[in-house]
Amino acid sequence: MSLYPLTAHALLDAFKSGKASAKEAYEDVLGRIKAVEPKVKAYVRQAKTSPDFSGGLPIPIALKDNLCTKQEEITCASRILKGFISPYDGGVIERVKKSGGVIVGFANQDEFAFGSSCETSCYGPTFNPWDLQCVPGGSSGGSAAAVAADEAVWALGSDTGGSIRQPASFCGIVGMKPTYGRVSRYGLIAFASSLDQIGPLTKDVRDCALLMNIIAGYDERDSTSVNEPVPDYTKALVNDVRGLKIGIPKEAFAEGLDPEVRASLEAALALLKKLGAAVKEVTLPHTPYAVATYYIVATAEASSNLARFDGVRYGLRAQPVKARKNALVDMYEETRSRGFGPEAKRRIMLGTYALSSGYYDAYYLRGQKVRTLIKNDLDEVFKDCDAIITPTSPTVAFKIGEKTSDPLSMYLSDIYTIPANLAGIPAISIPGGFSKSGLPIGLQLMGKAFDEEMLLRISYTYEQNTEWHTRKPKL
Amino acid sequence: MAYQKTEIMSQFEPVIGLEVHLQLNTKTKIFCSCANQYGCAPNTNVCPVCLGLPGSLPVLNRQALLYAIKVGLALNAEINSFIKFDRKNYYYPDLPKGYQISQFDFPVAKDGFLKIKSGNQEKRIGIKRAHLEEDAGKSMHDNTGSCSLVDFNRTGTPLIEIVTEPDLRSPQEAYDYLNILKLTLQYLGVSDCDMEKGSLRCDANISIRPVGQAALGTKTELKNMNSFRAVKAALEYEIRRHEQVILAGGKIVQETMLWDDTQAQTQTMRSKEEAHDYRYFPDPDLVPFTVDYKTIDSVRAELPELPQAKLVRFLSQYELSEYDANILVADSGMADFFEAAVKEYPQAKKVANWLAGPVSMELKNRKIPIHGLKLTPKALVELIAKVEDGVVSNLVGKEVLGLMLDQGKGAEEIIQAKGMAQVSDDSALFAIIDEVIAQNAAVVDQIKSGKPNAAGFLVGQAMKKSGGRANPKKLNELITRKIAGV
Repeated sequence: MSLYPLTAHALLDAFKSGKASAKEAYEDVLGRIKAVEPKVKAYVRQAKTSPDFSGGLPIPIALKDNLCTKQEEITCASRILKGFISPYDGGVIERVKKSGGVIVGFANQDEFAFGSSCETSCYGPTFNPWDLQCVPGGSSGGSAAAVAADEAVWALGSDTGGSIRQPASFCGIVGMKPTYGRVSRYGLIAFASSLDQIGPLTKDVRDCALLMNIIAGYDERDSTSVNEPVPDYTKALVNDVRGLKIGIPKEAFAEGLDPEVRASLEAALALLKKLGAAVKEVTLPHTPYAVATYYIVATAEASSNLARFDGVRYGLRAQPVKARKNALVDMYEETRSRGFGPEAKRRIMLGTYALSSGYYDAYYLRGQKVRTLIKNDLDEVFKDCDAIITPTSPTVAFKIGEKTSDPLSMYLSDIYTIPANLAGIPAISIPGGFSKSGLPIGLQLMGKAFDEEMLLRISYTYEQNTEWHTRKPKL
Repeated sequence: MAYQKTEIMSQFEPVIGLEVHLQLNTKTKIFCSCANQYGCAPNTNVCPVCLGLPGSLPVLNRQALLYAIKVGLALNAEINSFIKFDRKNYYYPDLPKGYQISQFDFPVAKDGFLKIKSGNQEKRIGIKRAHLEEDAGKSMHDNTGSCSLVDFNRTGTPLIEIVTEPDLRSPQEAYDYLNILKLTLQYLGVSDCDMEKGSLRCDANISIRPVGQAALGTKTELKNMNSFRAVKAALEYEIRRHEQVILAGGKIVQETMLWDDTQAQTQTMRSKEEAHDYRYFPDPDLVPFTVDYKTIDSVRAELPELPQAKLVRFLSQYELSEYDANILVADSGMADFFEAAVKEYPQAKKVANWLAGPVSMELKNRKIPIHGLKLTPKALVELIAKVEDGVVSNLVGKEVLGLMLDQGKGAEEIIQAKGMAQVSDDSALFAIIDEVIAQNAAVVDQIKSGKPNAAGFLVGQAMKKSGGRANPKKLNELITRKIAGV
């Protein structure tokens, strides 16, 4: 029996009944990697530490290359961090290890999570398992591709503006961004601290609930982590949406929405109605400003978060051949010029500008105010709705190289996912159909803060009544 | 270039503001659980957080916040009920995150004051703000210039920055302010305030303006002063420089100057154009804090009596001289010692004299603080009682004090062991007196001829013979009696 295509919960059943062992599952996944990795290139590195199968949930897991793991090289897919060995485990990694998780390797991503296509990685792109000409999405593209290609049973990514949900959508899997503060950020190499959140990428909704059970919870080392009791998320997996009210924002049908994606959304609305949910049109009047707001707040924080990569203590250090200013400034400039790719440089410059004296009020401060307005819009809708549904991304996966020369069109690929990060609320992307060209289409559900259970319940019900999640790419 | 003192000084008025950085002596660092310790081997007292490793996050040490509130209250400042931390962005190798976590628009405390004495009058020096921040590491530059080394042990040491209003009008006022500020901070027990170890650092802003003009002149910022005396000297130098530039028709350029203590002059460090744009913004890793009244009240309840209040009380309650009271209050340990001693022995002036005199002298010679002495208040008053009761003379008493401190033994034990008690026994004293009278017939004649004061000489001689142990009062009495033939 092949073990690699199984979900985590199916594997756990197999372990329990003695049909398979954790070691067999791990080796089966390694075999799968050997077979398809040359085509997909989901991973940037295999884990160095030898696997331990004695834990309770020994599921082979892929980790995004920005999650600090003890004695492992962690680079955020950036030249500037090459050679950095983390001396510590992040909060989530501790939890994964404690649960018995078997770390397979580190997955590709956009450099410092700056991107929506996985193309800005210093290791080169990852390829979409459904169509190797296409991007897997980003920034957690390696994590999503690894799960979709059965190179990992499940994976962790991070989501700052859609970086879990959009690649989950492009790769036909489940991806959740939890409520801000639900999962510890300690050990996650920061992109934008007020937006980042670690979350699961899984083959189905039950696995998403299981992985949330592992990673959710308070961590005193993260001041933004919230000390809220963690429910058993699998208890939310009820095939029943009767009486629930689901909001559909009229702004979701914006310009640029692919007709096939729109059709999938409409079909989903019809199905949910049929299953007993009430669907209500709502409005989020400030969401048209979400992308602009995001690119001010996120780049401002990023410009400061990335200042520590200066060549002094770890990672790349470079000196110009010919001295220019003084040795120190030369070293800073050369290290950062060579260490960061073009998108990282672009965002550092945007953020530095937004925080500069004389521009702070017009950009960063204004951005934070609009952020509050967007959050208020969502709060208003949630007074009357249990969840909000939108597409995850306006399009299916695009071709490699298609948008690299047009950053703005790339940024717009996160138009539906960004509001949840700005508001700090949970959101999930689930498989919601396929395009005629055979590419997956994702549906997004957003919920109230700390109400991941509602998202899991609706997603599970939708999943139980569709078959999209059972399809596999041909590799 | 040296600037001579000018006589036209009165034409201008200096306007001075000071920024004091104080390391707080909390158990752990401000944003991680590393020990807050001075003097460890380089880069041994560090962790992912204070090293700013990728993925690490700060968590505020509550003790540091409570200390900052304490400082704020002692400086008569308002404690902000909403406080937050901001990032101050700049590059330097000893700043591992590329930004310093500091406070920009919501500091812990604002709008306070500290009183100094200006001539015979009290003057309020406004405290603009007191905020918390993290210290940076320490850069060490190789003499050959081939490399620089960084020690990150100091990184994350809690600092409080205390900024005055531009209320100081002379280098002397600045000096006085620093001394009373330091004393106040020492009383709070929040820092050892040691400038040599860098736990207290001071920068100054100085401008001058024609007397009577309201608008401020262009200021320069002075750094690198390693003592209060250096702050005063740097300000004096800079005032002269400003004056001469202005009198020569020039303009002061706003810039940061470094004080060179050996050359006794300031040098340009960076101009305004080179000044950093720190790009302050709220640190998203630290949520804002609410400081409630309960917290403020509990810190207020812990505030010790502050030096200025203590001085007033010592003067009235114990009727001490201003000189003695100032010496006692200048060291909270000394003041506490004094009050404990007075409880045992209510002659406050005597106790104060001993502390301000012989005990202070011993502290100076031994270079230790009062709590480092092997002396309890009880032991000291036992010694004072011995002197007052005539068991030992004042002079021998000081000697006994030295031995007590060396050996950690009580006065009684030392006096016994060394046979230092005064000789008051008549027969023993008469033996000495007889010898002295026999050797000084001329003096005896003088006394007999009506000059009783000459007896003092004979007492002195007898004291010498006794090795200082004879009771001088008794000697005087016996000599007079003997000569009178009574």
